[in-house]
Amino acid sequence: MATPITAPLARERGRHARQALRGIWVIAYRELLRFSRERSRLASTLGMPIIFMVVFSEGLKRQIGTLAVGVDFVKFMYPGIIAMSVFINAIFSGLSVVWDREIGFLKEVLVSPLNRSGVVLGKALGASVIALFQALVMLALAPLFGVPLSLRIVLELIPIVIVLSFSLAGFGLLIGSRMRSQQGFQVLVQMVVLPLTFLAGVFFPVNNVPRWMEIVSKLNPLTYGVDAIRRIFLAGEISASARASSHPIIGVTVLGHTTTTIEDVALVGLLGAALLIGAIFSFNRHT
Amino acid sequence: MKPETTPSSSPTAISTVGLARNFGRTEAVKGVTFSVAEGEVFGFLGPNGAGKTTTISLLCTLLTPSAGEATVAGHDIRSKRTEVRRSIGLVFQDPTLDEYLTAIQNLRFHAYAYGMPKRIRDERIFELLNLMELWDRRNSSVREFSGGMKRRLEIARGLLHHPRILFLDEPTLGLDPQTRHRIWEYVLDLRRRESLTIFLTTHYMDEAENCDRIAIIDEGEIVALDRPEVLKDSLGGDVVTLRVEDGEAAVAELFARYELSAVAEDESVRFKLPRAEEFLPGLLRSFAGRIESVTVRRPNLDDVFLSLTGRSIRDDRPATNQQLRRYLNTPGMKSQLN
Repeated sequence: MATPITAPLARERGRHARQALRGIWVIAYRELLRFSRERSRLASTLGMPIIFMVVFSEGLKRQIGTLAVGVDFVKFMYPGIIAMSVFINAIFSGLSVVWDREIGFLKEVLVSPLNRSGVVLGKALGASVIALFQALVMLALAPLFGVPLSLRIVLELIPIVIVLSFSLAGFGLLIGSRMRSQQGFQVLVQMVVLPLTFLAGVFFPVNNVPRWMEIVSKLNPLTYGVDAIRRIFLAGEISASARASSHPIIGVTVLGHTTTTIEDVALVGLLGAALLIGAIFSFNRHT
Repeated sequence: MKPETTPSSSPTAISTVGLARNFGRTEAVKGVTFSVAEGEVFGFLGPNGAGKTTTISLLCTLLTPSAGEATVAGHDIRSKRTEVRRSIGLVFQDPTLDEYLTAIQNLRFHAYAYGMPKRIRDERIFELLNLMELWDRRNSSVREFSGGMKRRLEIARGLLHHPRILFLDEPTLGLDPQTRHRIWEYVLDLRRRESLTIFLTTHYMDEAENCDRIAIIDEGEIVALDRPEVLKDSLGGDVVTLRVEDGEAAVAELFARYELSAVAEDESVRFKLPRAEEFLPGLLRSFAGRIESVTVRRPNLDDVFLSLTGRSIRDDRPATNQQLRRYLNTPGMKSQLN
């Protein structure tokens, strides 16, 4: 005789779930629609990493040359730039919340029956799709920089980019749910996100830097994200002897243990899940 | 004046008891009690900062009350938020459109968010965009729209999902008189077609005249609540001034025929009476040929507000500042100023 009691409850839960799902796709749909309609953003999304790649790789490759047997500086930096552009796009999901608040559109969302968790996850999904799109554009340009591609690389890159971008979107949304102005968000990006990105091993290996920088870098979660992406590209190219060196260029060595791809992704993913949950709570509370 | 807090007949669309909201130590709304009947046009009239927008935000579940109870479309605003949100449409005081999207994209987003079936959605978008005379501009970016067009689009959007109650927060703020007039035509037309309940806030007297009933709100409290005519009649009716040749004779005749106590002043006669417009035609006939001119001054709702609070609604400086700020914040203005 439990049915009469649990059936309405189950229906209620089912409705909540449908409501959350609708929130996710409606919000993600609008993020993408906007992205496609803002030509300047489209141009900067595609232009920025290419500029980074061209300027840094061309500017530094003669100075630096080969980092390990068969791995020149360009091949090292290329995955780092992909990771960096994923971070920045994902963090911008937070800016999109602040922007919606400024133009008033957030009210339209908040007064609709969409539930708040769905809205947060939808923003994260939208940002992830944009980040993935950017990563794929970068991937298409790989031959231009002399980076060899394979199907394996593409197939491994996609899930890792999704995990990273959801995690970073969690971070962006947690901040965005509290910020009232775009300027505030921009300042925060400059003060926190850019330094973290630069200290994440995008441009140089974190295992061979001054001690203080090594400590900061290894405490920085982004480092593990960069490493996960770099491993996809370089894992096959680095000889066993180079791996065993005291300063390997892939893997993050912490307390004598060098991380694997799975460990890198798990660490970022778990942290990201916590950040997303935090963002949902914060969004519920502050709106 | 005893406020008439409950409408006589028909079921209730909105009902509140002691609804209050504080922001820190500031009491924005100090326990308001009223109810709105289904199909009614109900207005909150008061100066800026009186608590109008806060009340709307409470009823629309954007804010939680500090005290008191309220139901909207039969749903409790604390425990049944989703149900409340589903039954209401909202047009905010500040713009809430995504200007990078087209008119139709904004409406589609709304339809998706409310889970409208595709067939109904497309019909409804067509119907409302036509009604608001925006169908031809459906594929234009909202950025290119004038203030009046944006407001019309917001009203169309607020009505898209067939809400039972439409909330309009200062629906015509910052618009020119012609556009204001047209927006009102749409609103009253919609109310007839869809048997909608409309709850609006305004600090324009003439706008409040369109309401079935008005709550006059000042400093977070309702100071009067009734039909606009009743509120104005409570001040003793219209002031009628007749220019006649023989003032004394006219006074005597007015008393004999209509029991009006008029005052003669030079060549004119002045008296007060409720709803002069119904009375004047008869009067003009019986005084045929002897009246040179007639002036009628109606007490307006500002007079009512003045008599209740000792201040004028129009005295509100913040209103001007706020409009200026809105004006300066519109993207086009920033570039024009430089």
